[in-house]
Amino acid sequence: MDTIYALASARGRAGVSVLRISGPLAFETVRGLGVETLPEPRRAALRRLSDETGPLDDALVLLFQKGASFTGEDVAELHVHGSLATISAVLRALSKMPGCRLAEAGEFTRRALENGCLDLAQVEGLADLIDAETESQRRQALRVLSGAIGRRADGWRRDLIRAAALIEATIDFADEDVPVDVRPEVNALLDTVLLDLRQEVAGSRAAERIRDGFEVAIVGAPNSGKSTLLNALAGRDAALTSDVAGTTRDIIEVRMDMGGLAVTVLDTAGLRTTDDPVETLGIERAVQRAKQADLRVFLDDGNPLSLGPIENDIVVGAKADLTGVGVSGLTGQGLDQLVQDITKYLQTLSGQSSTITRERHRLAISNAIAHLESAQDELISKAKDEVAAEALRHGIFELDLLVGRVDVEDLLGEIFSSFCIGK
Amino acid sequence: MFHVKHYAVIVIGGGHAGVEAAAASARLGSRTLLISLDTDKIGVMSCNPAIGGLGKGHLVREIDALDGIMGRAGDLAGIQYRLLNRRKGAAVQGPRIQADRKLYRLAVQDALKATQNLDLLAGEVVGLLVKDQKVYGVELAGDVQIHADAVVLTSGTFLNGVIHIGDKRHVGGRMGDRPSVRLAHQLGDLGLQRGRLKTGTPPRLDGRSINWDRLEHQAGDEHPVMLSFLSSVPAVRQVSCGVTHTNEKTHEVVRANLSRSAMYGGHIEGVGPRYCPSIEDKIVRFAEKDSHQIFLEPEGLDDTTVYPNGISTSLPAEVQEDYVRTIVGLENVKITQPGYAIEYDFFDPRGLTDTLELRAIQNFWMAGQINGTTGYEEAGAQGVIAGLNAALRVQGRGPKTFSRTDSYLGVMTSDLISRGVTEPYRMFTSRAEFRLSLRADNADQRLTQSGIDLGLVHEGRAHAYHRKMELVEAGRADLDALQLTPTELQARGVKISKDGVRRSGLAVLAIDGVARGVLDDLAPTFASLPEDIRQQIITDAVYAQYTDRQKVAADALQRDEAVAIPSDIDFRSISGLSNELVVKLVCNKPATIAAAKQIEGMTPAALILILARIKRDGVKRAG
Repeated sequence: MDTIYALASARGRAGVSVLRISGPLAFETVRGLGVETLPEPRRAALRRLSDETGPLDDALVLLFQKGASFTGEDVAELHVHGSLATISAVLRALSKMPGCRLAEAGEFTRRALENGCLDLAQVEGLADLIDAETESQRRQALRVLSGAIGRRADGWRRDLIRAAALIEATIDFADEDVPVDVRPEVNALLDTVLLDLRQEVAGSRAAERIRDGFEVAIVGAPNSGKSTLLNALAGRDAALTSDVAGTTRDIIEVRMDMGGLAVTVLDTAGLRTTDDPVETLGIERAVQRAKQADLRVFLDDGNPLSLGPIENDIVVGAKADLTGVGVSGLTGQGLDQLVQDITKYLQTLSGQSSTITRERHRLAISNAIAHLESAQDELISKAKDEVAAEALRHGIFELDLLVGRVDVEDLLGEIFSSFCIGK
Repeated sequence: MFHVKHYAVIVIGGGHAGVEAAAASARLGSRTLLISLDTDKIGVMSCNPAIGGLGKGHLVREIDALDGIMGRAGDLAGIQYRLLNRRKGAAVQGPRIQADRKLYRLAVQDALKATQNLDLLAGEVVGLLVKDQKVYGVELAGDVQIHADAVVLTSGTFLNGVIHIGDKRHVGGRMGDRPSVRLAHQLGDLGLQRGRLKTGTPPRLDGRSINWDRLEHQAGDEHPVMLSFLSSVPAVRQVSCGVTHTNEKTHEVVRANLSRSAMYGGHIEGVGPRYCPSIEDKIVRFAEKDSHQIFLEPEGLDDTTVYPNGISTSLPAEVQEDYVRTIVGLENVKITQPGYAIEYDFFDPRGLTDTLELRAIQNFWMAGQINGTTGYEEAGAQGVIAGLNAALRVQGRGPKTFSRTDSYLGVMTSDLISRGVTEPYRMFTSRAEFRLSLRADNADQRLTQSGIDLGLVHEGRAHAYHRKMELVEAGRADLDALQLTPTELQARGVKISKDGVRRSGLAVLAIDGVARGVLDDLAPTFASLPEDIRQQIITDAVYAQYTDRQKVAADALQRDEAVAIPSDIDFRSISGLSNELVVKLVCNKPATIAAAKQIEGMTPAALILILARIKRDGVKRAG
């Protein structure tokens, strides 16, 4: 049985967060974090956690021995300070411990159940939490990857299926009419995906956001009051406003502070069909930028738009000064509520739940990179197709959460539609 | 005619599944009866005259490792040997033979006749004898009943079989045989989910009318690799196959007559396999290709029939002649039997347990094409699993199941019972996620010992296996005892970096490109071993490094496979499961947590809930 770890405390902002480690190497792992003297079991003690980069945090360390713990295995709890940076750093240090890996959703519960440490009623309560966690992971996966990289995930899927199918075709249908040497194509496909993955892991997009700020795009039909709203939010005349539709052709950016987070609000060209080539260009850019933003605020004045809201986007009525409902940049009506909604959403994005998810993604992507690189190496330098195929399969499996499950049927489908198999 | 009217196990059907099922049951010591419409046709190869290949060759080796018949019979009939993927790694090499049809059939029949505890009977089974949801025998045409404690059904394509040639159709399970209609109805009445599949065959050619001089030839391997672990050299004369190609003219003829094809004329409802398209399919779906390869496979040493592999069809007989004669070498060819498409019933294998026993009634197993598979090897492999388990049940012993981590048998069973089929299921190595460990060369190491423990393996094979393993172990120990520094290795010409790490002899020989004999002077025991044993030791060492990496995943899967979900579990009463999942669970009836995990949309939380219920019920029962 391997040793697993995860964030055990509730999501959301808190002064203290609990990381739980369970399995035969649990105590060993705590030692690996620079704790020379382990506290007695069931006695909390303050210990300094550190890794090769230096101290990580002063944490309460609490050990439970096998048979007297939540999972029935040796368990260590690290009560660390609840800051994002601290949790990230400790999680990262844990990921480097030998024999230790990030737990899957529900894995602690399953161990507890199998070791007879839980009754059915307790499990039912926990199942809800696990469900919520699974769902939040899925949503986070999409969110964290929002923007240009996120939309490339479909492309990764396509490229990886194609690459795997090509190798499998030369293995499983060696006596059929399939290309003899697929290596150049497979290599090129893997290069493309690897380029993206390396970029992603180098500057994890969400981490960049916390550092550089989130982007919120205001989207609406021409003359729906977007620029006025931006001005109201910013408290200054940043965008040119007039009542002639189509005034804002360039994207206006205003940086502001919302609930402690750096936020850039984008005012985009009004979305409409037009003959004016300059405006058309502006609209295309507006759609592009709006899609890449972390959040979109739709000002709804009843006119149809070429871009629709996606999950978590905010839709409000435009020009509340005229209609009485929604938001108005002119009178300030609904403004506080809107700021509150935006802040709340962005805080969940930057909150603890995404910290753990980001860590999960970072691990998944780094592992995927290692597997795909090894696939290239086996295929190109060593000509060991079957080992390359194995590495590729592991790589795809790591990216499961991002590209969806890839099954042997997906590969066979690609093979049979590309090659005339069957003699 | 009978001395007994009661058998421990009855196997219905004498195809490849039936043969292996009956033989496995009898090997295990159960009194077994094999019933076939025509006992002379037992072991007939009704499709192409070849056995083995990629994935399929792996299955043959596994059947053989459990002392089944297919590998040995194949080696008595092999007229051409080819090890596929010879230039790739051992994990994806598959042994394959062209077989002399008659020799194969006779070898199978001889093997059955030599099997103790086994009787053969010609007869038509028209119904099962069922009482209280338990099968207790079969009814034959002519009002004869034979009782048995367990029954294995391997009726192949005979259930509601319909043969199509152009717009002509007739009922039949194989050209010239009767279909089993009544039995199909009875099984339908049990509420089994029935589906319809189709498969095709090419026209058979008279080899004397082929212009062989105009054709390329493909010979077998210089160093033939046998199907069976017990064989060493081919038993009969070796021959070549011819290779030719379709051309634009062929395609024109087919295109002009597409509407007359049974498939394109809308006469066929069954789903055919994507990997075995008819010539009509090839020309429609791959219109840009102006030529398709055809292998001309001799059907036997003293048989003039030739099987043109690659042009199966359901066009009318006269069109078949037209298009075949456009092909180089076949300008004057005579067709001895037109190609045809056959549609048949299969039953949704998700109704089976992991021993291939039907869940709906007890003591009844199904194996082979009736479960939606295609191929001799897939059928034979299921036959072993079903026959073995039927006998185990009768003997009051626990079931023997196979895991995805130990065999292709396990991969196939798990695929069938948890995913069902949408087209005839054929084995590919890509279906096996532990492919690097499930090799054709180590099938015996993976399975034979468990076969010996069960009593499924004859003494002769057990002895040969133990002898082989003694040699393998001795060679391994010899190499393992060596500890060599990079400097010592470099002196021997081994290309290795000076990393200061001492390596065992095994680790050295596992390195790419290192000559097998490089340590012979240091490892005299290893040096003295036969070549095949030396190769085995190295192959094992090469793949051991990957097997170790797979261990975590394999262990996790085995843990999941080990958690059985009781068949009487009431998913509806588990609070917290979504309706959608409940429906899927009730319909799929996963037998283990591993199978439940395979269900689309399964969540970690749902698995936990199911586990909790199993735990609670287990405690209740135990208390």
